Amino acid sequence: MANLQFIALKTLWRKECTRFLRIWVQTLVPPAITMSLYFVIFGSLIGSRIGEMGGFSYMEFIVPGLIMMSVITNAYANVSSSFFSAKFQRNVEELLVAPLSNWIIILGFVGGGVARALLVGLIVTLVSLFFVDIQIHHPLMLVTTLVLTSTLFAAAGLVNAVYAKTFDDISVIPTFVLTPLTYLGGVFYSLTLLPEFWQWVSKANPIVYMVNGFRYGFLGVSDVGIGTSIAVLLAFNLALFATAWHLINKGVGIRS
Amino acid sequence: MQNALEIQGLRKTYRGGVEALKGIDLTVKEGDFFALLGPNGAGKSTTIGIIASLVNKSAGSVVIFADDMDKNLVKAKSHIGLVPQEFNFNQFETLLQIVCNQAGYYGVPRSVAIERAEKYLKQLDLWEKRNMPARTLSGGMKRRLMIARALMHEPKVLILDEPTAGVDIEIRRSMWTFLQEINRQGITIILTTHYLEEAEMLCRNIAIIDKGRIIENTSMKGLLSKLNVETFILDLPPNSVKPRLEGFDYRQLDDHTLEVDVPKATGLNGVFSQLSEQGVQVLSMRNKANRLEELFVRLVEDGRNQSIKDKEVQHG
Repeated sequence: MANLQFIALKTLWRKECTRFLRIWVQTLVPPAITMSLYFVIFGSLIGSRIGEMGGFSYMEFIVPGLIMMSVITNAYANVSSSFFSAKFQRNVEELLVAPLSNWIIILGFVGGGVARALLVGLIVTLVSLFFVDIQIHHPLMLVTTLVLTSTLFAAAGLVNAVYAKTFDDISVIPTFVLTPLTYLGGVFYSLTLLPEFWQWVSKANPIVYMVNGFRYGFLGVSDVGIGTSIAVLLAFNLALFATAWHLINKGVGIRS
Repeated sequence: MQNALEIQGLRKTYRGGVEALKGIDLTVKEGDFFALLGPNGAGKSTTIGIIASLVNKSAGSVVIFADDMDKNLVKAKSHIGLVPQEFNFNQFETLLQIVCNQAGYYGVPRSVAIERAEKYLKQLDLWEKRNMPARTLSGGMKRRLMIARALMHEPKVLILDEPTAGVDIEIRRSMWTFLQEINRQGITIILTTHYLEEAEMLCRNIAIIDKGRIIENTSMKGLLSKLNVETFILDLPPNSVKPRLEGFDYRQLDDHTLEVDVPKATGLNGVFSQLSEQGVQVLSMRNKANRLEELFVRLVEDGRNQSIKDKEVQHG
């Protein structure tokens, strides 16, 4: 039985990876181009006039945040669009009739999202090497933050897709929630630049903990506690996986 | 011989209160070729949806080869192969990806899946197209692809929900031959169809469902034996003498077409001898309608009239 579930998971994960690799022009190229523009405009052109931030050049400071931004966007987009398309074309039924457990469905889709997020993260990192020398201060923290953030947003994309009834429904959260929270999540600035009240408000934004945890892995500096970053990531992961399991188990949006 | 499928007291009420199944009981024996017929909206697809885990039941039990879906869902599911009514594969994937992935979801290792893909895609005449995206296939090929996909984990029961809808007669007949062959090899087949000729030709046992209830559940032979009168259409030469038939109900549709109701006990000889005596030549003859179709319409109408009477009694 365990072997059945393992083969099913491997199959679903491979299918998900094949999907985003097949449409690489839509999935892998845009983040490389967008982030190159960020590096040129914010890093080289404007950044040179800003000076240092947190003891590092502005370019060095924003690189971890921009990698994290790509990871968040791609983990979310991969699962939300893939699962919603599977619902829309009804090929989610291929999974529902098969004897695989609901956890395998969740892990297969999330695994696909994580694979795309990590690959895009790697591409953006390689692009950033054209603009700045990257140093890694704490590899374990870097990897932990990267993986937990990918799983978190992949699971969030799945929950969104389960509820979605139209293609508009899977673009609402990224446009009106994720983008503002990411831009206000300390990607482009240190929280210490904000007045105390807005620093306090910013700390209610979970993306602050992800960006800072990841920046700590690269540069060894963070506006928030590292332990708190990991705790926030674990808590959100737990909540989102539990929600996804509950929804898939109940058959919300996929079973009559 | 064990039962391939046992359904007891199956009910389904959709959100909004529509009662699609009102407590159906059904048994299908191992190795059977079974037809589940009914008009649109009768509850066929809901029944199949519940058996295939696509629809949550409201009450009742479903047991597949002794595995209760409530107690041993994983094993029960692994016995079933489903060919749904609508195309539900990823149109952008190749045929090989679609069938091999489906095998993987049932725990079939990739190397075995590729061997089986070759076997079933060749049997269904799709092997040449294996690396094409599914969206490029014709309607008939898509239907055959869904049969190949359903067989990849070698199920004991194959459930086909209108598998030949919209398929031309040549492909339909080749699909019938294929289904008869796999049934001979031991796979139990449950079929829903609107082509009653298809059910009559392929199936040994039959259940008719209407408005969420089983109104008939018997062997095909037993059901057809209930047909007492058959209607024949006789083609006569143009401008024939208007014939008279003693002991038969008949209608002259035009100067060269005669419609005759023939009781089974009487037979056709009486019709021909009377026509010969009157010098009327018969060029050809055919059934007015498929025999099963006549019975089907009658049974559904009887069932509905009975339910109206029951309501009148309740309200009266």
